[in-house]
Parts: sequence; C-alpha cells; structure tokens
Amino acid sequence: MPIVNINVNGKLVSAEVEGRTLLVQFLRENLRLTGTHVGCDTSQCGACVVHVDGKSVKACTMLAVMADACEVTTIEGLANNGSMHPMQQAFMDNHGLQCGFCTPGMVMTALDIVNRNGNDLDDSTVRKELEGNICRCTGYHNIVKSVKAGAKTMGE
Amino acid sequence: MYDFLYHKVNSVDDAVAAMGNADDGKFVAGGQTMLPTMKHRLASPSDVIDLGGVSDLVGIANEGDALVIGAMTTHAAVAASAEVQSAIPALAKLAGNIGDPAVRNRGTLGGSIANNDPAADYPAAVIALGATVKTNKREITGDDFFTGMFETALEEDELITAVSFPIPMTAAYIKFENPASRYAIVGVFIAKTVDGNRVAITGATPCAYRGMKFEKVLNEDFSSNACDAVEVSVDRMNSDIHASAEYRAHLVKVMVKRAVDACG
Repeated sequence: MPIVNINVNGKLVSAEVEGRTLLVQFLRENLRLTGTHVGCDTSQCGACVVHVDGKSVKACTMLAVMADACEVTTIEGLANNGSMHPMQQAFMDNHGLQCGFCTPGMVMTALDIVNRNGNDLDDSTVRKELEGNICRCTGYHNIVKSVKAGAKTMGE
Repeated sequence: MYDFLYHKVNSVDDAVAAMGNADDGKFVAGGQTMLPTMKHRLASPSDVIDLGGVSDLVGIANEGDALVIGAMTTHAAVAASAEVQSAIPALAKLAGNIGDPAVRNRGTLGGSIANNDPAADYPAAVIALGATVKTNKREITGDDFFTGMFETALEEDELITAVSFPIPMTAAYIKFENPASRYAIVGVFIAKTVDGNRVAITGATPCAYRGMKFEKVLNEDFSSNACDAVEVSVDRMNSDIHASAEYRAHLVKVMVKRAVDACG
C-alpha cells in the first residue's frame, strides 16, 4: 500500500493507506481529527472543506495519496493556545450557526475567501463565494455576517 | 469505491508507460468528476495514474495570437490569470463560474474536456474559439475533438498536454445554469474572429456542437434580432428533470442572443 507523508496542522504524519482512502477518511479515521465533517460525500455540501497547500478543497473528493508531501490545515489547526481564531470567534459572536454541522467547512471556506478577496468584503461577494457550502439551518444571513466580521478582525 | 493500484508520475512519458502496463488504467487530473464516478462504482479502474505531479502540464502562456494553457491548469488559475483576463476575458469568466471555489481549486482544463460531460462549460469555449487540443501524440482541432456524450477523439493511452486558444477580436460566454451544480443547462460561447463568427452550444444536446445556422445569420448581421430567423430543432435536445427538450431548444436561442449582446 502507498505511504503518505502529510503535514497536518503543522505536524508531519506518515502512514500507509489504501489508494482509495479519501483525504477526509484519512483525517477522521486515521488521525481522529473529526472536526472535518462528511455531509453529502458528493462534493456538493462543503462540510469537508480543508486547506491543501493553502487552498480550499473538498476533502471527500480528493484521495489521501494526492495530498502526499502537502500541507493540510483542518479546523483543528486554527485555534492558537486555546483561543479561537478570529473567524471562529466571529461565527460565535454573530450566531453564525445553529446545529453546527456545516460550520467547520464554512470557517475553512471563509478563510479562503479572505485569502483571495481581502478583509473588506461585501454581502454579494460572500454569498457568491459560499456557493459550495450548504447550511440547512441558518438561512445563511448570520453566516454572511460572521464571514464579514471575521474578515475585518483578521485585518486589524 | 473499489481499490486500485495508485501511480504517482512526474512526466508525461511515465504516465503513458504506467498506462501501458495497466489492465484497465485511468488517468486522473483533478478528480472532481472521476472520484465521484468511482464512488458510484460507475468506473472501477485497475490502476489510477495521477497527473498531479506532472508540472510540465501546468501553466498559461500568451504566444501572441493564441493562449496556450496546460492541461493540468486549474479552473481557479485560469479564472485568476491576468494573462487570460486581458487576452480572452470570456474564458476567464467561464472558468470562474465552474462549480464552486473548492472544486475550481482542483478541477482542470484537461480533465474537463477529456471527460466531455454534455453540460460542461469548457467544450463550448474549445469549439467556439477554434482551439487546438495538443496531446502526447498529435494535435486535434476543437471541431474534431468532441465526438459524443462523454466521448472524445482521444485514444486509450493518449494524454492531453495543453490547449491552444486563438485570441478572438471579442468573445462572450453566457450560460443558463443549474442553480445547485452550476452545470450549464444551456451554455453558449460566441467568438468574433477575423475569419467570421463562431458559435458553440453546450448543455443542450448529448455533446457540445457548433451552431452553424446562427453563424450564418450572424456573419451577415451581427445582432441578436438576426437570430430570430433561426429555428432550433428539438430533435437532438437533452431532456431531464432540469429542463425538457422543448425548453432547452428555446433556451438555445435566448442564450445565443444574450451572448451576441454581450459581445457588444
């Protein structure tokens, strides 16, 4: 079986995996990083979004072997010494979640939005950029507020 | 999905060699269609040959009269490229509206056209711009490349290396998209070139095609009103839960007219 060496949240991980092991399975089942969720498993809902070499990807639609020699950041990699990342804090402050299932993917996508669009975001940009993340609770209104607020704090 | 032998390769030659040794091998580019297809067990290759490490296949070059884009260039890279935005803005816009941001970070030009989904966006651009598909064996014109639903002129061990898009005077791509998947229910790419106007239609039929009747009237009078004279037959149109054949035929003309207006 192939061996992968992946830097996950700053730690080098080496493991033997089947070719067919999805990146999301590897994170959840091998590394027990269960913050990355599996919603639809068909690359539509975005609950499994993580960053690979700084870019957002759907971890249900990438093989673990494809992430060999890459840097992977999951939701668990954001907090710093027990204090939440500004984007996580913004979701908490703005009630950007209800059941919370989609939230890890939303936060990882939000950070990708900030990386590409900067810290001063308008509603339409955020809504368009969130097209690959589905939330069945909130109606998105507070998620959009959270992303904008988190982006702003990150720029300060 | 069923398990398979995984091959990571660094060159086109190694990729082709690995394919030659496989019982029933498949190249994988970004995997955004192939992995879901394998999960559904609609495909179960014995060997998967990952092109992700072939750096020669990534890049965008302006060669003066054409943009040459490597097969493994992602949709996100095409959309964000200043080179593409200035030379063929319609192509950058097309790439930026495929799927969603995470899909665009993995999905590639080569993967999209090799798969030739009837509702994919890129085939319309390849046909309308009169692009040339470069492979490890030969060059294939856009008109000859797409041969049927999920079918192309590619041979089993043939690999797309790049696509050369001639730079038009102006171009536009307009799609009526499925709001969930962003696939084209009907998409129309129009390119105005010194040799005349080219119209390509995707999403409507089993395979993207040239709208010759529209080209004829637009070469005489490049206006959306001129398109009213063209009859779109419902015979070959796709029909599914998203749109009936009659509705798609109607949309074809509407999208052509919008694309004409967008060309300015």
